[in-house]
Amino acid sequence: MVASLFSLRKIRLFLEKEIFILPSRTMAFFFCLGLLILPLFTKDPYLLRIIILSSIFAIFAASWDLLSGFTGQMNFGHALFFGVAAYTSAILNLRIGLPPWMTIPIGALAAVIAGLAIGIPCLRLRGPYLALATLAFPIILMGIVFTIPNITGGELGVSGLKPLASSRIASYYICVILMIGLGLVMWKIGDSKTGIIFHAIREDEVAVRASGINTTRYKLLAFSLSGFFAGLSGGLYTHFIRIAGPSTLEVSLSFQAIIWAIFGGVVTIYGPITGVFILYPLMEFLRILPEIRTLLFGLIVIIILLFMPEGLTTWIRDRMEEECPRCKVRNVVWRKTCRICFAEMGKKKTEGGENGA
Amino acid sequence: MIENILINGLIHGGVYALLAVGFSLIFGVARIVNIAHTAFYMIAAYFIYTFSTRMGLHPLFAILFSIALVTAIGMVVYQLSIKPIQEHEITVLIVTIAVAMVFQEIVLLIYGGHFRGNPSLLTGFIQILGVRVSYQHLLTLIMVFFVLLLTWWILFKTRLGIAIRATAQDREVANLMGMNVNQVAMVTMGIAVMMAAIGGVLVAPLSVVEPYMWLHPLVMVLAIVVLGGLGSIKGSLAGAFILGFTETLVVFLIPLGAFLKGAFSLMIMIVVLLIRPEGLFGVAFEEER
Repeated sequence: MVASLFSLRKIRLFLEKEIFILPSRTMAFFFCLGLLILPLFTKDPYLLRIIILSSIFAIFAASWDLLSGFTGQMNFGHALFFGVAAYTSAILNLRIGLPPWMTIPIGALAAVIAGLAIGIPCLRLRGPYLALATLAFPIILMGIVFTIPNITGGELGVSGLKPLASSRIASYYICVILMIGLGLVMWKIGDSKTGIIFHAIREDEVAVRASGINTTRYKLLAFSLSGFFAGLSGGLYTHFIRIAGPSTLEVSLSFQAIIWAIFGGVVTIYGPITGVFILYPLMEFLRILPEIRTLLFGLIVIIILLFMPEGLTTWIRDRMEEECPRCKVRNVVWRKTCRICFAEMGKKKTEGGENGA
Repeated sequence: MIENILINGLIHGGVYALLAVGFSLIFGVARIVNIAHTAFYMIAAYFIYTFSTRMGLHPLFAILFSIALVTAIGMVVYQLSIKPIQEHEITVLIVTIAVAMVFQEIVLLIYGGHFRGNPSLLTGFIQILGVRVSYQHLLTLIMVFFVLLLTWWILFKTRLGIAIRATAQDREVANLMGMNVNQVAMVTMGIAVMMAAIGGVLVAPLSVVEPYMWLHPLVMVLAIVVLGGLGSIKGSLAGAFILGFTETLVVFLIPLGAFLKGAFSLMIMIVVLLIRPEGLFGVAFEEER
């Protein structure tokens, strides 16, 4: 009894000190809570399907952010990880009969290998060269997929896979909990010492190397971490829609990830997740206007980005929170003193844009 | 066979060269990776379809109108959607992707997804060294050559060209020397889009016109400019012909080659990059800070 009260108190303290202290965290908390209790109110399979796919793509977009946002290694071929994992888990499931809980991690590992395979040669490139070179890999793989149709199913893909779970609700919980968990893990990685090195590599790689840090190793680490998370989302996707087709390797999927991430705001992890949860349902909602759906989508993206060129969440966050001038911890905008170091707030206006952290 | 490969390779290479040089120019001057570049090529092809097939204008006027219109659209797009956010490089990238999507959707709305054909400007053929070359192909080759020559002349013999190259080399210093960098960027955008439009106009009678026709050239153009060295005009030219010929060879010589043509070209690009990370003619990037 006492122990449970004590732990309740701890939870309350944690909520108060860590979550409700910042509006962005409060919003994220209620968003996750809302997702978790949603099936109590509605069991509409269409709605659940949209949220499941949004969760899967949220993992995908966030993993792009981990690589390209944090480390600055622009990856235009992120669909490679997704597609490799999707095809690997589909083929393992169909030909060997492994269950989804084994095929998805194996698929993710295959994506890690793919990440290393393109990471090692591509690390000599930087900036736009890297971006455009990575664009090539999924297209090459797609060409190969089309030329060996007896293994990959060619244009039709591999179909007839085992579903993710027996019911839609179970699939929903698997995807949503994984999305929240992996999102937290990625956010923590971004906040850790490794994450700080990732930031530093983006800002000034020469300086990082001069500080005695092996940047190549960290960039490879970023490639494989990002590949792992993207691979998990690819495996989940293929088992959820029960088909692995060439669309998982398309250029448009890579671009889609970039659109989601930048729309939401890069170098945040929660930005891409927000981006997906706004844009993917929006795209579904626009099905009521099937003719001009993609047109409206494009226009909305253009207009929002013209007004908020750093992305939606970054824009909103900068309205609600500001950085402590002394210790760089974020605070609510109406606080007089910093919540950690009690320095006076509001003396220096942080110039938006130079540091996304 | 060999003559087919030669002619097709030259034509593909030539059209890619038009696209890639424009792409390179605008990247060099304004540091914009303009994904919508080949979308302009697509709408040029549609304009010429509208003007010549639907409205029955004389092909020559149709060509001139299309090029002028597309150039105007390109400059308006630059002013409205790219210039306001120019400092945010990756945001510019997304906006150009979205612009390309918007163009594609508008075309889909107006014309539907059908494959359209355009009549050739000229019919008949000529024998060159015993090889039959249709006049249309010959015209395309001559036009490509002429436009590339003209671009070279503008870049290297006029004051505007000097301004463009200076801005590409160092934006800030060019600005300090009294050049209106923004205007230069805008004019460059106009030139680049015009080259894309000429490419589209030339391709329209040779292949089908459809709303997704910008995707494959886009991938090829990206590969070409990386292969040749970003921002290097010479490199774009060489890259365009290398990949144009590769594509044609793969399609003609390898079974199922049509699926693999992109893959082969991209593999060549990657091999070149592994040997020379800055591309064939690129200058090694000094560490940008």
